[in-house]
Amino acid sequence: METTMSTAADSATTGGHEAPRIAINMDGHRETAPRNAAKARAEGLSFHYGAHRALKDINLEIPERMVTALIGPSGCGKSTFLRCFNRMHDLTPNTRYDGAIHFYPDDFNLVAKDVDPIEVRMRIGMVFQKPNPFPKSIFENVAYGLRLRGVSNRALLEEQVEAALRSAALWEEAKDRLQASALTLSGGQQQRLCIARALATRPEILLFDEPTSALDPIATAKIEELIAQLRDQVTVLIVTHNMQQAARVSDFTAFMYLGELVEVGDTSRIFTNPSKKATEDYITGRYG
Amino acid sequence: MATPALPSNDLQTVRRDVASRKVRDQLFVVVGLLALFACLFSLLVLFSKLVMDGSDRFTWEFVSSFPSRRAAQAGILAAWVGSSLVMLVTACTAVPVGVMAAIYLEEYAPKNWFTGVIEINVTNLAGVPSIVYGLLALGLFVYKFDLGQSIVTAGLTLALLILPVVIVATRESLRSVPRAIREAAYGLGATRWEVTKDHVLPYSTGGILTGMILGLSRAIGETAPLITIGALAFIAFLPTPPLTDVAPYVSFTWLTDPFTVMPIQMFNWVSRPDPAFQSNAAAAGAILLGMTLLMNAVAIYIRYRFRKSINW
Ligand SMILES: Nc1ncnc2c1ncn2[C@@H]1O[C@H](COP(=O)(O)OP(=O)(O)O)[C@@H](O)[C@H]1O
Ligand SMILES: [Mg+2]
Repeated sequence: METTMSTAADSATTGGHEAPRIAINMDGHRETAPRNAAKARAEGLSFHYGAHRALKDINLEIPERMVTALIGPSGCGKSTFLRCFNRMHDLTPNTRYDGAIHFYPDDFNLVAKDVDPIEVRMRIGMVFQKPNPFPKSIFENVAYGLRLRGVSNRALLEEQVEAALRSAALWEEAKDRLQASALTLSGGQQQRLCIARALATRPEILLFDEPTSALDPIATAKIEELIAQLRDQVTVLIVTHNMQQAARVSDFTAFMYLGELVEVGDTSRIFTNPSKKATEDYITGRYG
Repeated sequence: MATPALPSNDLQTVRRDVASRKVRDQLFVVVGLLALFACLFSLLVLFSKLVMDGSDRFTWEFVSSFPSRRAAQAGILAAWVGSSLVMLVTACTAVPVGVMAAIYLEEYAPKNWFTGVIEINVTNLAGVPSIVYGLLALGLFVYKFDLGQSIVTAGLTLALLILPVVIVATRESLRSVPRAIREAAYGLGATRWEVTKDHVLPYSTGGILTGMILGLSRAIGETAPLITIGALAFIAFLPTPPLTDVAPYVSFTWLTDPFTVMPIQMFNWVSRPDPAFQSNAAAAGAILLGMTLLMNAVAIYIRYRFRKSINW
């Protein structure tokens, strides 16, 4: 199994998951593996909506503090795959996960029945396709995740909200209107607010599902720049139907087709020298 | 057989065609306006007739007097106080119970045949004739629980009556909170209850309040179920005041006091032979209608305010 598995890090020069995993993260709290070690690994992952099998036996490694992009034609299961990582499918009745997504360094299976989805979502954040800020103040949007974790000290909340807004490149625009409704922000600002909201709880993996598909080109460029910076703090898994975007922001690219993982590798290699015919057809625009 | 030709595209034909179709469009505007005026007009006539008939009774004495055998001295004090207290009991019971039931059905209940049956029944309950609720209350609250022919019995009866309205309005309101907002909250690690109390409920408060007020404005005009449980038509004292000057300063004995309400007071006056009482009835009717319209206005205002602050 181990040998036949395609790993995103296969062509990277540093680390496999044998490398020592003890390192102090920037925030000084969490021990994390060195960059590029496996943060998560899907193994034989299948997913069913009722009788419809939307994911078929997916094997993929997500390297620590790298950006991994998922590309593929519409309906191939990118969102479905992404939403397995934070157990979003548990909200939909009649769905079933088979196989595993191992989560490191703890090494447990994210999609196991006995793992609480709430626990998973507290460690793996998500940014959605359409900006979905709460109709509350900017401050309360970012503070919500911390409040859920029982933080109520005003000074601590303010400090953390500022840090999250800075990480999401929104602080300068928002600092004078923290109490204004989040709905007064522009679309691009709302999406960065959603990123700040997810970052505030210091997730270990941040999932993005086509985060720029509802935004104009300028807002899109800002988000892309932001994602490229985020790789220093958090492991990123991003779904995009925009291949230029994948090329611009990601370190590794995985191509999916009809619920299967066709190919994965260094982004530069996938776009210049794909090894599978289907990948080549897709990136040269022959379908999709 | 030759296929019929398509209408020609020349200017003349197109214009003639558009003109004839627009005539039908205008025709509907006329019919629609007529229908609208028919109902507005009858409401207006009704209201102005009540106001005119009762015109000499819109005085402070009328509002602050107990009923009397002499029409000119009779007032609606006991009736409006009774109506207000009954509405208080109704609101305090129907709203929490209805909202909790709606939250369960909408957010928690698994979607299976059993909840399907419950759903259909809740909707159908809204159509049960109100006197049936009166009979139920007579058997249950008056005889079984021994609550007497009291304010609490009346309040609970009307609460049962408007429960379906509250449940249906609340569910619609909860459902209008977009899935994306729920997912955002779940995505941060919120539990079902946290999502409900921090997001879904606050964002649907406008719709819930609107449903509550519409329910109450139906309840305030109900007569049949209250006559069934034995509301008095002639009452010359007020219930025990809810606030007292000795600790603990609140008293609940008013709950078990006998009462009358506005529509019953009206009914009582209408059924008297002396024509002077008719103007009392008309004045009370105008005031009752005014209360209902006011409640509806409040509901509309609340909905407007919430629509303005939250637009998905
Ligand atoms: N809630 C659902 N119920 C049933 N089928 C679904 C549901 N969501 C997605 N699917 C199906 O799963 C497949 C993958 O969908 P999705 O993951 O959304 O694709 P992508 O994000 O790559 O466009 C599609 O065939 C889609 O029709
Ligand atoms: Mg998708």
